Amino acid sequence: MTLMPRSGFEDVETTSETREFVTVLVDGQLFGLPIECVHDVFIAAEVTPVPLAPPEVAGLLNLRGRVVTTLSLRRILKLDDVDQKPSRMVVGVEYGGESFGLAVDGVGEVLSLGTAELQPNPINLDPRWARIAAGIHWLENGLLVVIDIEAILGPASHSEGARLASFSPSKGFQS
Amino acid sequence: MDDVLREFLTETFETVENVDRELVQFEREPNNATMLAHIFRLVHTIKGTCGFLGLPRLEALSHAAESLISRFREGAPVTTEAVTLILLTIDRIKMILRTLEESQAEPDGQDTDLIDELTARAEGRETEQTIGDQPQPEPAVAARAPSAQIAPTPIISDPPQDGIEHAEAQRSRAQPSKAAPARPNGQGGANSAQSIRVGLDTLEGLMTMVSELVLTRNQLVELARHDENSDFKGPLQRLSSVTAELQERVMKTRMQPISTAWQKLPRLVRDLCAELGKDIELALTGAETELDRQVLELIKDPFTHLIRNAADHGIETPEERRLVGKPARGTIRISAVHESGTITIEVADDGRGLDVGKIAAKALERGLVGPGELERMSDERIARFIFEPGFTTVSHVSHVSGRGVGMDVVRTNIELIGGSVDVRWVPGEGSTLTMKIPLTLAIVAALIIEAGGQRFAIPQVAVLELVQPRATSEHRLESINGTWLLRLRETLLPVVRLSAILGLDPVGERFDPEDGFVVVLKLGKRSFGLVVDKVFHTEEIVVKPISNILKPINIFSGNTILGDGRVILILDPNGIVQRIGHGPTMTRPERDEVAPRRRVQEDKTSFLVFRAGQGEVKAVPLAAVTRLEEFDVSKIETVGGRIVAQYRGDLIPIVPAVPGSPLHASGIQPVLVFSEGDRTAGIAVDEIVDIVEDHLDIKATGQAPGIVGSAVIRGRATEIIDVAHFLPLAYPDWFENAAAPAPARSNRVLLVDGAPFFRGMLLPVLKAAGYDVVALAEFDAALALAQRSADSFAVVVADIESRGRNGFDLAEGLQADRRTAELPIIGLASRLQPAALERARALGIFDVVAKFDRTGLIEALAEATQHREAAGA
Repeated sequence: MTLMPRSGFEDVETTSETREFVTVLVDGQLFGLPIECVHDVFIAAEVTPVPLAPPEVAGLLNLRGRVVTTLSLRRILKLDDVDQKPSRMVVGVEYGGESFGLAVDGVGEVLSLGTAELQPNPINLDPRWARIAAGIHWLENGLLVVIDIEAILGPASHSEGARLASFSPSKGFQS
Repeated sequence: MDDVLREFLTETFETVENVDRELVQFEREPNNATMLAHIFRLVHTIKGTCGFLGLPRLEALSHAAESLISRFREGAPVTTEAVTLILLTIDRIKMILRTLEESQAEPDGQDTDLIDELTARAEGRETEQTIGDQPQPEPAVAARAPSAQIAPTPIISDPPQDGIEHAEAQRSRAQPSKAAPARPNGQGGANSAQSIRVGLDTLEGLMTMVSELVLTRNQLVELARHDENSDFKGPLQRLSSVTAELQERVMKTRMQPISTAWQKLPRLVRDLCAELGKDIELALTGAETELDRQVLELIKDPFTHLIRNAADHGIETPEERRLVGKPARGTIRISAVHESGTITIEVADDGRGLDVGKIAAKALERGLVGPGELERMSDERIARFIFEPGFTTVSHVSHVSGRGVGMDVVRTNIELIGGSVDVRWVPGEGSTLTMKIPLTLAIVAALIIEAGGQRFAIPQVAVLELVQPRATSEHRLESINGTWLLRLRETLLPVVRLSAILGLDPVGERFDPEDGFVVVLKLGKRSFGLVVDKVFHTEEIVVKPISNILKPINIFSGNTILGDGRVILILDPNGIVQRIGHGPTMTRPERDEVAPRRRVQEDKTSFLVFRAGQGEVKAVPLAAVTRLEEFDVSKIETVGGRIVAQYRGDLIPIVPAVPGSPLHASGIQPVLVFSEGDRTAGIAVDEIVDIVEDHLDIKATGQAPGIVGSAVIRGRATEIIDVAHFLPLAYPDWFENAAAPAPARSNRVLLVDGAPFFRGMLLPVLKAAGYDVVALAEFDAALALAQRSADSFAVVVADIESRGRNGFDLAEGLQADRRTAELPIIGLASRLQPAALERARALGIFDVVAKFDRTGLIEALAEATQHREAAGA
């Protein structure tokens, strides 16, 4: 499966600078991944779990001869991961010269959104979400959380994640 | 970085390496016009490019060097000094290039020192030395010059002997065609027409795509197999062969000739000759042998170390060589051959060979080995000590070698990539170091296993053997407080369950020791067993690096894609050891490890901790225990008031650990089995708790019969049982007299007995009596130790019965030495035979005591120390 063709929301102001996002769905919430980070979208066939790995690591999978380390966006957000479907959509991301995958519930279209429209994270956003969110876009049919790839895959991401794991979960961001 | 600059740097680095090598060769053949022209061109190219890019320092330097070289072309004599000067200039150029690479600007500084000298020489101070009166290090040039004088034509004058190979290798790489020596830009032009530079990541990418293609092809082949009359068969066949070819060729792009790792060596040898006052020829063969570039990077350093070693230790000085009738010039030959998937590289010198005596002496001094052990070792084994870290036989540290780094680096680097190193030599004729290394690192052989329902790969290099433990077989798993040990031939091997390490064990499930395999892994000198559920097969795998976010787990060295497309993780045995290393019971000292380096400092002792009687915790030195057995209660019977058990087709006496306490009524009875000679007895305990390693520090003595005292083991007061008490209970004829132990004043006793059983048994007895004990198994080691620190021992207690060397030899040795002649010796024997007593008396042995007569021993010790004090006063 390849990327969705670019479409939609042409009526958003195009005069100022825009940024394109691949939209993904996790637990009913829409997220946006900057398109320049996204290399593929595919369905994970067989995932090899990694013992002793941080909980957000879903495992390793073979993408055309490359080993892709796959993280579960659901687990990164500390949402329940029980109702896992057997095969899941994975967004292929390149970071620091390595191939990563982000397992998500579904992949939507590519949106082109004006950078001026980006709102800062609301202060009452769950800290585990706030850590990986680079701002919010207000769309006609809901909110889109822009994902900060650096925060997920960067060097500081895991110690940070462990620290935040002690926070009590709050379902603050469900519209 | 600027593209032009980067291109320039890569090219110039290469050129400079070439000049380095060519000059060394040229110095030997000063009349080789072709070579001279070539060198000139190389330097000229550097100069030209520098001028173009605006790099004044480099330009000035290369200009000055060029002027001097052009003087050679006009016929000026090629002197060692001049060549050295140019080599120094090249070193400076390299230094500047490196700074340029880092900061993209030339470093500040002046090169007037070099430039002045270069121009001075170039301006024709003809007063310099001529070829005829050149100094020492280059006699070859002087000797050969007259005969080569008549070769002004561009034909390389064949140097005598093995130089031919050398010249061949050089020529094939760097020489322009002989027919057109003067063609400008010869080499550069020819090369650029046939090759282009490609980024490494491009090649890696290609490799990945090809792996994927191979997998897809395999899947297709599998599909076609089910379809009998498929039209795909023909095209698939072609696809298959094309894929295989493609794979091979892509692999080839990663290969580089081994000569790239040899670039620096001619210069190195030249410098070493000057430094050491030796005359050495370097002969290289098989320069075109190709290796994976990753492997090549790793073996570059070893070459440097090997050459240094051969030049410093191997090759003699010209005088020495002449004295033994060898040509004054020594030769170091390096050769590389490709044989069945591995590359064999030999570094040989025609020097003096290895001095095994010296190595052995040094190994002994460094405490790497005991003297008795050394005696049994073959010369080959002894020679391998040169690969120990920090090993050197040179008493002084020279600039070249002797600091004891080097050979171990060679071994480490080679073993790291799954290769092996070996050394052979003929005394007086030279030595050869052979390295076998894999062609590529990207593909390794791995054992595929399963644990916790998941497959993993273990690098085959680390796997020593596979054992299937069964209660009925000789390889059996024993459990002590949840810690597993494998009885493997002579040793008890610590065993861990892979699934437990990886956290894949279902909670609360019992582990059946018969259900699985033990992969015995070897890491350096340590080995341990890894219990896995299934063992599949060995497969050649393409190693892919593991993601950075998974590196902290430190247990996986990489991952790979198997033939069926599945991703599996590659286990890193080192990481596993580190993970289990924190457990207190995983490392058990080798029973006979009595290296003198542990000498006077007290050793930790391994104890077997068990429960007996009313749940009390007791311990016994592990060395005293031969086996741990679990007897089925039905196999234990009472015969004539004594308890016996059927054991290996024999009946052995069993004694309860706490007198009078009952044995288990049903099920399994744990028994500690002790064997000595042909006698075996068992001590029945309630439960085996653990093996701990702790300091043996006995606090009090004699609370109860059979107890030597109590010691704090792992922070808990534990009674140490006295094996000597139980054995006579089992075999009344072992029993000897009983007298009150006489505690002596604290003194150091050297206890020497080859049998771990007796050492383990006597150690607590002596400690309990207040002695400080150093226990050794080797009589020679004991002698050496006593001689070294004669004053620190009060008494020597030695076994006088063992076959081979024993206490009598030790006594002779001690008495022969003035320092130790006064040291009283107490002999130990299991039977007091008149002949032995006679010999003991003749040797002046203070007393002979029966081995199980511990009170007798204590008394004799007290007497001996008093005697010594009286004599000393």
